[in-house]
Amino acid sequence: MIYPDRATTVTLGCVLGGAAILAVLNQLTPAASAVHVPGFAVSLVGKYLCYAILALAIDLVWGYAGILTLGHAAFFALGGYAMGMYLMREIGARGVYGNPTLPDFMVFLGWKHLPWYWHGFSHFGFALTMVVLVPGVLAAVFGWFAFRSRVSGVYLSIITQALTYALMLAFFRNEMGFGGNNGMTDFKDILGVPLGRDSASVGLMLVTAVVLSAAFLLARAITGSRFGKVLVAVRDAEARTRFLGYRPESYKLTVWVISAMLAGLGGALYVPQVGIINPSEFAPANSIEAVIWVAVGGRGTLAGAILGAVLVNLGKTWLTSALPEIWLFAMGGLFILVTVFLPRGILGLFAARRSSTAPERESAAAESAAAETVVREVTG
Amino acid sequence: MPGGGKGWRRWRLPLRAVMLGAVLSLMLAMSGPARAGSDPFSDMASTNFDMVARGVSALAVSGSPRAAPVIDALRDSRLFAWRWPRPDSPLYIRTAKGFVDARTGAPVAAPPPVNVRLVIVNDSVRSAIAAAEGALDLTSPKKKVRLDAAEELYQSAEAGALPLIEQALARERDPAVAGMLREAHAAALLKSSSGSVSARLAAVHQVAARADLSTRSLLESLQGQPPPVAAAIQEAIREIDRRLQLWGVLENVYYGISLGAVLLLAAAGLAITFGVMGVINMAHGEMVMIGAYTTFVVQQLIAASAPALTDLGLLFAVPAAFLVAGMLGVVIERTLIRFLYGRPLETLLATWGLSLILQQAVRSIFGPTNQDVSSPPWMSGAVSLGGLTLTVNRLWIIVFAALVLGALMGVLRWGGLGRSIRAVMQNRRMAAVMGIRTPLIDALTFGLGSGIAGIAGVALSQIDNVSPNLGQNYIIDSFMVVVLGGVGNLWGTVFGAMSLGVVDKLVEPFAGAVLGKILVLVLLILFIQRRPRGLFPLKGRVVEA
Repeated sequence: MIYPDRATTVTLGCVLGGAAILAVLNQLTPAASAVHVPGFAVSLVGKYLCYAILALAIDLVWGYAGILTLGHAAFFALGGYAMGMYLMREIGARGVYGNPTLPDFMVFLGWKHLPWYWHGFSHFGFALTMVVLVPGVLAAVFGWFAFRSRVSGVYLSIITQALTYALMLAFFRNEMGFGGNNGMTDFKDILGVPLGRDSASVGLMLVTAVVLSAAFLLARAITGSRFGKVLVAVRDAEARTRFLGYRPESYKLTVWVISAMLAGLGGALYVPQVGIINPSEFAPANSIEAVIWVAVGGRGTLAGAILGAVLVNLGKTWLTSALPEIWLFAMGGLFILVTVFLPRGILGLFAARRSSTAPERESAAAESAAAETVVREVTG
Repeated sequence: MPGGGKGWRRWRLPLRAVMLGAVLSLMLAMSGPARAGSDPFSDMASTNFDMVARGVSALAVSGSPRAAPVIDALRDSRLFAWRWPRPDSPLYIRTAKGFVDARTGAPVAAPPPVNVRLVIVNDSVRSAIAAAEGALDLTSPKKKVRLDAAEELYQSAEAGALPLIEQALARERDPAVAGMLREAHAAALLKSSSGSVSARLAAVHQVAARADLSTRSLLESLQGQPPPVAAAIQEAIREIDRRLQLWGVLENVYYGISLGAVLLLAAAGLAITFGVMGVINMAHGEMVMIGAYTTFVVQQLIAASAPALTDLGLLFAVPAAFLVAGMLGVVIERTLIRFLYGRPLETLLATWGLSLILQQAVRSIFGPTNQDVSSPPWMSGAVSLGGLTLTVNRLWIIVFAALVLGALMGVLRWGGLGRSIRAVMQNRRMAAVMGIRTPLIDALTFGLGSGIAGIAGVALSQIDNVSPNLGQNYIIDSFMVVVLGGVGNLWGTVFGAMSLGVVDKLVEPFAGAVLGKILVLVLLILFIQRRPRGLFPLKGRVVEA
């Protein structure tokens, strides 16, 4: 089912090859060497790769199913929180208060017992299950409600934004038992490997690269399959697809849940690499920013999502340290330039001659016109 | 006033009430063994501070028309007494024109300076003066002053004040003041040891009718009452609690309506751009923010050029904010939005980018800190309505929101521009055929929506921090309002704003602010499932456009 075309080879080569080279440069060169890559840079790249997983998840729903999500950072953060809970339990009695079961913030709040939903998170396997299960279940419930009642387009975008906003407010509460405002931090180790050392950073970065590659292959498999073709049909003419006998809501729901799980996985890898998770990860602005990564790279191309996430975040890292005043101007300008002048992103520039599955302005217009006609006929 | 400022004024009333009560009890105590032949004026001529204080208190309740000028003179260090004891104890007031006799007010020849001395005051005399002024207020010709004095008497509820209240009641003609005095009388009676059971029962009913917190604490403080009275008091307290609860709910509804008015202002412009044009403008909040900054700039300009108009600055800010935000809106439509018609998702992203740019631009120009926008005096304070305390600025915002909405509806229904807007919205091609320049109307519609957002900014500058992030706080709520109300229907927007505001504030007391917000969002998400197109969806061919 997976066609080893050039885009796939190049993408996998860049991700895995780049990660391997970084790892070698960090581990096998002396610290004084000119080609030595410091540990923080490795972590930074690892962070970008996590973002790339998120971008891939968004591209899957936005690029192929036409669902513009403004709340995917919620799934990312939920995955991150699940991993954060495991990392908190790993601290054990090494916290400031030295309590073997309760994390520091619970001791600080005067809690006596571990809340029931914290049980099990001391096992890595359980935490890993939760990393995909929690975002998946939330997405399934939310999506089932939303798609079943045919909430679509801008309305769906707005309620996804409301979803992440509500979650942000909820996680800010101390009573939730997730560390409130401060979130979770001061992690010590993961699977017994102490965090903060170069070796841990390299290991996590390599794992992230592998997961990203796997996610990319999975996404290609999905979009290349019959299922993916129906998705594209739903994206381009939902009403028409429905009248052909398909159930668009099932297709949308399936890809929506898969995408949320991917995002959760990205968040889980993100937390040990940045060392903190707090409710600001749920901020609606984060979700919208992630959408623009996809738009910059090229919507509906998968490889473009990875490219966009890495490029935009490289730019962000550089600009926010070099010219912090300029960053928001640049970000805002990027949004406008890409949507107005580069609707198919950077990859669209290269692949202009290739008739791809990327959405086109004409097809979108035709879709709305067709839908309008259909509705007119239906509603009389 | 020494000390000046609001802090003092806030304490002035209760302080005076307490002192008044103290002085009145003092008078009661001394009324028995009063020395024969001593009138208040002679007491005030004494060199003994306690005697002077007693004289002041006695004079205040004597009902003498000379009380006010003499006590004023004493306070202002203009009262003179004979330096050596004399049986007639003369007292003089120094005025701008010379000396007058304190007892009669008739001008007298200036006494030889060596023979008179200033009547000096100490703390106990000063508090006697303050209390006396309170009692004097009961005889003031001004109704408001008498009313306040009666209220003070009620609050202090001193048994010693009974004769004073009865005296005042006897001469009081104004029904409102008399009513207040009767309540004060009832309170004082309940506190005193005199009075029959039936009189006490009547008094309990009298004060219970007020149903406020101070009455509740008064009733709770009553001890050792006869059993029937005690039972009546318990019943009255329960009744007051019920009423207070009701007022609490009403107060929350008021807060909800005022929040709804704020949401309505923020969402009305969005109802135009999103509802009528189908353009999803994520930079709408920034238009609100720019309106608020325009208010700030207008206030600065007025303060610099015409300080006399400072209090009216807001009136100038409204058109200014409309023009600034409206013109910016037209520019945005011409340079950005028009390339994105028919692509709502792309519009969303591009306008989000625009909002980032506008935020950063304002931050670069004005700095990241909050700007200080002042409120004119006619917008501060609070009014009481029954058991409700309504803050005036919130009240103004409700009025303002209604005015803006009315104007907007008027323009859309009867204005030439409004007619064109509706024509283009209903059938773009047909409108074009009829000679309407649809691109121009698009630009003006977007300008109108943005201008309304700017006006909302003027209102928000009065209740929120004017910072570059101002708009961010309202954008999600505004979209919720429009989505809830249904697209393209201003009445739907009103309903959406009001129900969001009221539900938010009603849920808040028992769920907390944050949880209330979450609950409202969840309810809304569930609601959209049932009514994906809002409460008042448009019917017909514009639905899918």
